[in-house]
Amino acid sequence: MKQIQVNQAYGPVVEGEALVSEEGFSPRYDLDRWSGVITKPGHKLEGRSIVDKVCFFPTAKGGIAAGWAFYDIKWKKIAPKAFVFGVTNPVMVQGAVFAGIPITAGWTPHPRGLVKTGDWVRVDPARKLIEVL
Amino acid sequence: MDLTAEEQALLAGSRGEAARRALEYQIEVGRFWGARRFVPVTNVHMMGDIEVMGDAGLQFLRDEVKSAAHCAVPTTTNARCIDFAHCDRLGQDPGEVAKERELIQCLRRMDVVTTDTCINYQTVYQPHLGEHVAWGDTGTVIYANSVFGARSNFESGPAALAAALTGRTPEYGFHLKEHRRGSFTVELAAKLDDLADWGAVGKLVGEAHQDYFAVPVFHGYHRAPIADELKHLGAALASYGSMGMFHFVGVTPEAPSVEIALGNREPRERIAVSDTDIQKVYASYDLGDGDARLVVFSGPQQSLLEMKRLSEGFAGRRLHPGTSCFVTTNGAVLAQSRALGYAKALEDAGVTILEGVCFYILQNLSHMRLANRWTHMVSNSAKIVNIIGAHRFNTILRRTADCVDIACTGKLR
Repeated sequence: MKQIQVNQAYGPVVEGEALVSEEGFSPRYDLDRWSGVITKPGHKLEGRSIVDKVCFFPTAKGGIAAGWAFYDIKWKKIAPKAFVFGVTNPVMVQGAVFAGIPITAGWTPHPRGLVKTGDWVRVDPARKLIEVL
Repeated sequence: MDLTAEEQALLAGSRGEAARRALEYQIEVGRFWGARRFVPVTNVHMMGDIEVMGDAGLQFLRDEVKSAAHCAVPTTTNARCIDFAHCDRLGQDPGEVAKERELIQCLRRMDVVTTDTCINYQTVYQPHLGEHVAWGDTGTVIYANSVFGARSNFESGPAALAAALTGRTPEYGFHLKEHRRGSFTVELAAKLDDLADWGAVGKLVGEAHQDYFAVPVFHGYHRAPIADELKHLGAALASYGSMGMFHFVGVTPEAPSVEIALGNREPRERIAVSDTDIQKVYASYDLGDGDARLVVFSGPQQSLLEMKRLSEGFAGRRLHPGTSCFVTTNGAVLAQSRALGYAKALEDAGVTILEGVCFYILQNLSHMRLANRWTHMVSNSAKIVNIIGAHRFNTILRRTADCVDIACTGKLR
């Protein structure tokens, strides 16, 4: 089974379909917060939905407003199952913890070539482990 | 995390349920980052409005008020999404406007000072070297860390509110000296004559180093930058690079020299920004059909001196028919701008001045764009050019005087 170790993690164990991005993410800059679809023109995942996905993003972008946004999309039932970041920032973590969405940061090895969009993956924050099922 | 006796008591409910829940939440965030303890904070700046919080956030605030939540330290608010004097004209949703009024009342009942500004560092509170604060938005944090030498992480709405209720924040990131050392150097060989040029530097450096813990050290600039220039530089670095701190040798308090700013380590990279690099930024925007009917001076709100400069630019001129131009600032700056005649000069030209808001978070902005058939948004702020994309604007960065000309001639160049 293919596995990825993460450095930091929060939340319960979840499983879901992977959505793998080569571009960073902000729920404010990139996301339509009423549909859960990435709408920023030119984003590498433009037109893709994050709803119920395990989202792999290499970086976090900007924005303090993201802290409330995760709670908002969770309430609207359009949240992803988990966020898996290469590099993240405090806002993403504060927002995910507040919304109760599992989040991880740092990965070994890099998911490129190991996980592709559509794969079914398990995120196990307590073991700091992501498994491709 | 190691908890003091006071923190243990807080967890046991000594200051009520809201503060207990807030500390529990902060412990989870602290654990993620490996924080070993809390640090007391003297000041909190939080983002909280109906556009960013939604119904879920408003319900959370109602519950907090019911739990008798009360700020333990002075707490101010960031720019919000509705200027009540303009909401009807802008076509903002009356239901959301009513929620915003309720939300503001909830905050005030918790003793939050609703300043509604993202330039608190220019107009409300200037922390000193080494002072721990808990601030958001990102532009306020990078300014606090870099220019004042104060210490803050990006504290998003829920995290800042938790800090307000407990009077502390987990000690990680920029509260710790080891994260404040510069990691790479940037030689500023460009002239940088306009605020937009400083934003362009932030874009170039930030986009290439998207990392919260990357700390650029700027050096080699030919003069001392002014506060508004550092504001646009910081806002853009934070926006494009998610960065929380920079050093500017000979200018910012933790950077008397390149070596000290770097903590006597080798930089992991040395880069330079030239006039050619800045020109390439301006040349990179797609002008599409040439639509130039929306010009915005916002994100961050305008300082008094920016208002003065804009009023001089627009004096005696009129917006091109069909063009909308928005300026946002806070209540204090607007009051002074009115007293000094700057506001009148802008309004005589047809410019709309919005108070206490940021254009980027205006409630109903996507619908506003459709209703006005705006395709482009032109601004002198690199930050807003970056962040407004989810509303499907094609954005264009231009120098301040060019923005004024575009607004008055309708010609996009």
